[in-house]
Amino acid sequence: MNWTLLDTWMLATGIFSALSCALLGNFLFVRRLSLMGDAISHAVLPGLAAAFLITGSRDSGPMLMGAVIAGVLTAVLTQGIAHAGKVEESTSMGIVFTTLFAVGLLLIVRAADRVDLDPSCVLYGSLELTPLDTIRIGGMTLPRAFLVNTSVFAVNAAIVWLLFKEFMIGAFDPMLAVTQGFRPRWMHQLLMALVALTAVACFETVGSILVVAMLIVPAATARLLSSRLPAMLGLSLAIAAGSAILGHLGALTIPRLFGFEDTTTSGMMAVAAGAMFFLALIFAPGSGVLAHARNQLSLRRRIENEDALAALYRRGEGMELATAELPSPRLLHRLERRGFAAESAGVWQLTPRGKEEAESVIHAHVLWERFLVDHANMRVDHAHQSSERLEHVTTPEMREVLAETVEKPVTPPSDGSILPPR
Amino acid sequence: MMLPWKMSGQPAGPEHSPYAPVSIHDVTVAYHRKPVLWDVDLDLPEGKLVGVIGPNGAGKSTLIKAILGLVPTASGEVKFYGGTLRKHRALVGYVPQRESVDWDFPVSALDVVAMGLYRRIGWFRRIRRTHYEEATKALARVGMDSLALRQISQLSGGQQQRVFLARALAQDAQIYFMDEPLVGVDAATERVIIALLRELRNAGRTVVVVHHDLQSVAEYFDHVIMLNTRVVAAGPTAEVFTQDNLLKTYGGRLTLLDEAAHAVARTGQR
Repeated sequence: MNWTLLDTWMLATGIFSALSCALLGNFLFVRRLSLMGDAISHAVLPGLAAAFLITGSRDSGPMLMGAVIAGVLTAVLTQGIAHAGKVEESTSMGIVFTTLFAVGLLLIVRAADRVDLDPSCVLYGSLELTPLDTIRIGGMTLPRAFLVNTSVFAVNAAIVWLLFKEFMIGAFDPMLAVTQGFRPRWMHQLLMALVALTAVACFETVGSILVVAMLIVPAATARLLSSRLPAMLGLSLAIAAGSAILGHLGALTIPRLFGFEDTTTSGMMAVAAGAMFFLALIFAPGSGVLAHARNQLSLRRRIENEDALAALYRRGEGMELATAELPSPRLLHRLERRGFAAESAGVWQLTPRGKEEAESVIHAHVLWERFLVDHANMRVDHAHQSSERLEHVTTPEMREVLAETVEKPVTPPSDGSILPPR
Repeated sequence: MMLPWKMSGQPAGPEHSPYAPVSIHDVTVAYHRKPVLWDVDLDLPEGKLVGVIGPNGAGKSTLIKAILGLVPTASGEVKFYGGTLRKHRALVGYVPQRESVDWDFPVSALDVVAMGLYRRIGWFRRIRRTHYEEATKALARVGMDSLALRQISQLSGGQQQRVFLARALAQDAQIYFMDEPLVGVDAATERVIIALLRELRNAGRTVVVVHHDLQSVAEYFDHVIMLNTRVVAAGPTAEVFTQDNLLKTYGGRLTLLDEAAHAVARTGQR
């Protein structure tokens, strides 16, 4: 790998683009409007085209202004059409942004002989070229794109810092916000204006794919790993910066491994963000796929153990067990390891601890049977089957409520089951 | 229309206002031109527990939203102590229907309760430790302080409703509007909520509650507003919660008005 000053500037510019988008993406995500980022990044086109047609130049100022107006227009029209046409907000969004995008294309075609629009530049941006376009500020020579992106991030961060609780209440409970004198609709439109501004500022450097990716993916990843908005904001920023760094390193190294030239950094950044999302999806504590599988497994183990304990208990009380009901040797050894059962002279028996556990399970079973028969109007044989499952998921709180509800003394409704002493 | 509490001359409230806490003048609300509230004209009494009852689609929630300026009114106006809502926002607390918010939102119970303080905190200001302490106290009053840091989707329906109630308490309002706070809650939560509503009433607050369970109306409310697009009756529960008024509210005769409303809506279409 050959790291140059150009790489440093490219990476710094990419990081600030990613941070800007990710920060705003959180607020789109919690309003379930993640696709609004996609919509707005298309819908700004007529704003850009109009700004170009009116001013005849590609200066940033008018371009950004045109984009912001188009962004707010998208939000206002989306809400207006959803309301007036009685359609879903997503449908209305689809109508608005495709139409505005088409209008933008028409305007650009109109001005085609005067504008140099490179489609691949819009899609992927030209992060690789950004360090070459520099301006001098106070004796320092800085890439123009770096300056634009850091300024946009500073604006976004300042506004989110100042209006954090206003954004939060507006997104969570807009009606309460209105009664408290806050303006959730203005908040929303301010957010849309910021998204449009950010999208346009980042387009030029990192392209529309990365803008949309960074508006959606870091926030979605952070939500998997956190359950409070401030933590989610922090994590999403870390993930965005991480994707930018990994993306750039990946773009420099990975293609070389296979004997290709470097690939585009912004494309690789989007891939890195996607990869992080999938890692979070799998490994997130609590909500991840792996944690879920582990919970399922431990529940299944517990059910096996408890059924085996109950079987040994019944045999200990002198009941005949069918061969199928006898716990497998593997299961018996597992019980032994937990100190619930022991083998003496070739016969497996419950230890006092195992006996206590077994009684607790059987007790829960009988409580559920009685409850289902007496209070839920279930037939006795059906109640037995349901209780077989319920006995394994009975929490102490449930047991307490059951014990309060069921008539005393508690007797099993079906013949043949054993009531342990309590 | 003669209203019992308009004649009786309510004693002045804690603010010593000569006006009713809320007076509703000829308010009509229409959705897509179909009237859902038709010429509602009444005053709310100070320091009472007021139930709003009526069949589905009678405009109960709409009445509250119209009072709070959450839906546009076709005509009429609402006064708070003789002044505008804008002037008296600090006096008004609102508990929306539980289903109106997204319970997967990444906030804790404490965060939600703290939202009741946002107005007092003010624009641009940050939430401080003292605000969280105040919110914790409000949670304790509904028996939920031990679950303060839990993400709200991890709470049961009854617990979520208690969080909403705690948020209203944190608002420390003079007039409360609550939209179906007893729907889908367990018996224990219902007892907690009713005790709180009475506590608020006994402290001189006015509490307006949209309610669906006719069985408990007489037990819970001092006043009732019986609504079916029109106000069928409004006044002290003992006087107006009668078989006759119930029939008028829930019975079939007002369907004539409903048909007419549909007809009105159709005339508006091109």
